[in-house]
Amino acid sequence: MSILVDKSTRAVVQGITGREGAFHATRCKEYGTTVVGGVTPGKGGTTHDGFPVWNTVVEATAQEWANCSLIFVPPPAAADAIMEAAAAGISVIVCITEGVPAADMVRVREFLASTGSRLIGPNCPGVITPGQAKVGIMPGHIHREGQVGVVSRSGTLTYEVVHQLTRRGIGQSTCVGIGGDPVAGTSFVDALRLFNDDPETRAVMLIGEIGGTAEEEAAAFVKAHMQKPVIGHVAGMTAPPGRRMGHAGAIIAGGKGTAAEKVKAMEAAGIHVCRSPAEMGAMVEKVLRAG
Amino acid sequence: MKIHEYQAKAILRDGGVPVPTGEVADTPAAARAIAERLGGRVVVKAQVHAGGRGKAGGIKLADDPGGTEAAARAILGMRLKTPQTPPEGIEVRKVLVEEASSVARELYLSVTLDRARASHVVMASEAGGMEIEEVAARHPEKIIREWAHPALDLQDFQARRVAFGIGLAGEQFKQGVGLIRNLFRLYLAKDCSLAEINPLVVTKDGRILALDAKLNFDDNALYRHADVAALRDIHEEDPLDVEASKFNLNYIRLTGNVGCMVNGAGLAMATMDIIKLAGGEPANFLDVGGGASAEQIENAFRILSSDPSVKAVFINIFGGILRCDRLAEGMIAAVKKLGLRLPVVVRMEGTNVELGKKMLAESGLSLVTAEDMADGAQKAVALARRVQSS
Repeated sequence: MSILVDKSTRAVVQGITGREGAFHATRCKEYGTTVVGGVTPGKGGTTHDGFPVWNTVVEATAQEWANCSLIFVPPPAAADAIMEAAAAGISVIVCITEGVPAADMVRVREFLASTGSRLIGPNCPGVITPGQAKVGIMPGHIHREGQVGVVSRSGTLTYEVVHQLTRRGIGQSTCVGIGGDPVAGTSFVDALRLFNDDPETRAVMLIGEIGGTAEEEAAAFVKAHMQKPVIGHVAGMTAPPGRRMGHAGAIIAGGKGTAAEKVKAMEAAGIHVCRSPAEMGAMVEKVLRAG
Repeated sequence: MKIHEYQAKAILRDGGVPVPTGEVADTPAAARAIAERLGGRVVVKAQVHAGGRGKAGGIKLADDPGGTEAAARAILGMRLKTPQTPPEGIEVRKVLVEEASSVARELYLSVTLDRARASHVVMASEAGGMEIEEVAARHPEKIIREWAHPALDLQDFQARRVAFGIGLAGEQFKQGVGLIRNLFRLYLAKDCSLAEINPLVVTKDGRILALDAKLNFDDNALYRHADVAALRDIHEEDPLDVEASKFNLNYIRLTGNVGCMVNGAGLAMATMDIIKLAGGEPANFLDVGGGASAEQIENAFRILSSDPSVKAVFINIFGGILRCDRLAEGMIAAVKKLGLRLPVVVRMEGTNVELGKKMLAESGLSLVTAEDMADGAQKAVALARRVQSS
């Protein structure tokens, strides 16, 4: 098993006729994901790089039973695209788009609450279940099938940890990039809950960063409910206060959201915190051996 | 994005939030003219993007136009140093001259995003004038919070609860409710990330005024607010930060001597951290982004090496969308054009890594290669130390 995406995933790409959409639709297909086609309003009935294009998401669900959406539409239209996917009954929506206004996401979350859809992102690398399905922009070849769940607010730092794991022969059950924005569809707690219930996942690697309180909430969840070991890392130990470190959500504001506070909360909850980003793989290996 | 107090007050005035009467000046003579028009006592306030101005000597009272001119002369051109500015301070280029208010009560009011609840929250307190973080730490019971419905926004009963909560009554209560509603509306309409009035005052003649005002904006929403984007003041930013923003590079200058260039914000922060763990200090945060072009790599390298405090550069790339061969191409072009003044350590991994390494090896450039992040950081820190001491 795994979480969120697997062999039964049938993905539709919203914004497939854009440069990134087309490029990654092909990369996902090459990895083995079933990509049923794409959506670009006004270009329905055409084909793009061999993929059928529809005007609306609901056509993709009606004709090809799409159950997952991968979104590349530009920021001004991203919130609308997410809501369209949810209204069409898509169960897992992955929004890669970076730069969606926070106020749009507040409304999107409210919209999604009345549907059965789960949103991953925005501003994220997506989700991959190695050997089964890749719905995102991560380099597929660095992954390996296995039993460690990975959840992270970052893109390339996730590739880094996956690489460290794979090099040690440790595979991953599913890797989820929840994104670097202040308001996201899926939180650390949501992902931890899914991993906790997944019999194939033995341990979870959680990669946080400065800003907000998502890591503290994750720590509280781990302490109360998690039945599997969690290894944690927080990026941004050296980040100055008041400056946005690339991600819209990575900011120490009003003295809150520092790496030190997060590490403290995680350690108090029994999470194995790894201070060095170069030692994450080694730490996971040690914890797996001990367990 | 941040803006100046005088700009924020203009937006508040237009949005139906009362502010003291005043104007902005960039010379002592202009400040004097404003004081003449206003009549009576005035406040002269340094306009910089930082708090703590009063204690640093950036706010002065003046009784008459002559005093206003003198106050403006003292403040304009000074380098204001507060806990919120860089150590060298910020040069004051403008002052706000406004009517002095006789204050009966100081309150606090703000609207911001509550990330954990994914909704906008109105916060208010009777303890105005203090930093809200300090109030939250010392007297958490004194802070009133009302979360707006994510789709239906703030309701009138919520504005009333806030107004009652900070002890407003009678005519002031009516004014206060209107002010709270207007502030919330404006916060949403302009895509603010923070709209803070501290202090919000009740004057001795019974008016409610925003005595100070801070508006921060969601950078992701600036595309739909050209009027707000036009208020950006690049004098408040580090020149290298401004230069980097022209090329869509996420760059923040820091105080160490190991420059770093990374793809992705998380990995860029992790690279700064590992430089610190290796005993060094990072000179910057630099995320060239997921899909950086060879041209962006070249500009990133140029900006990095133009910082005189940088003594060695650590390039840490995990190729995903940004392929290692493209990085190598950009690096080779940059070094050919700019020369190699400093030792450069390169660590590459991921998509097309073999091709990228081959290109760098065949370029004949004397780059130091690293096995992994830790190795790269150690080498860069050691090289920076050697250059610094030579």
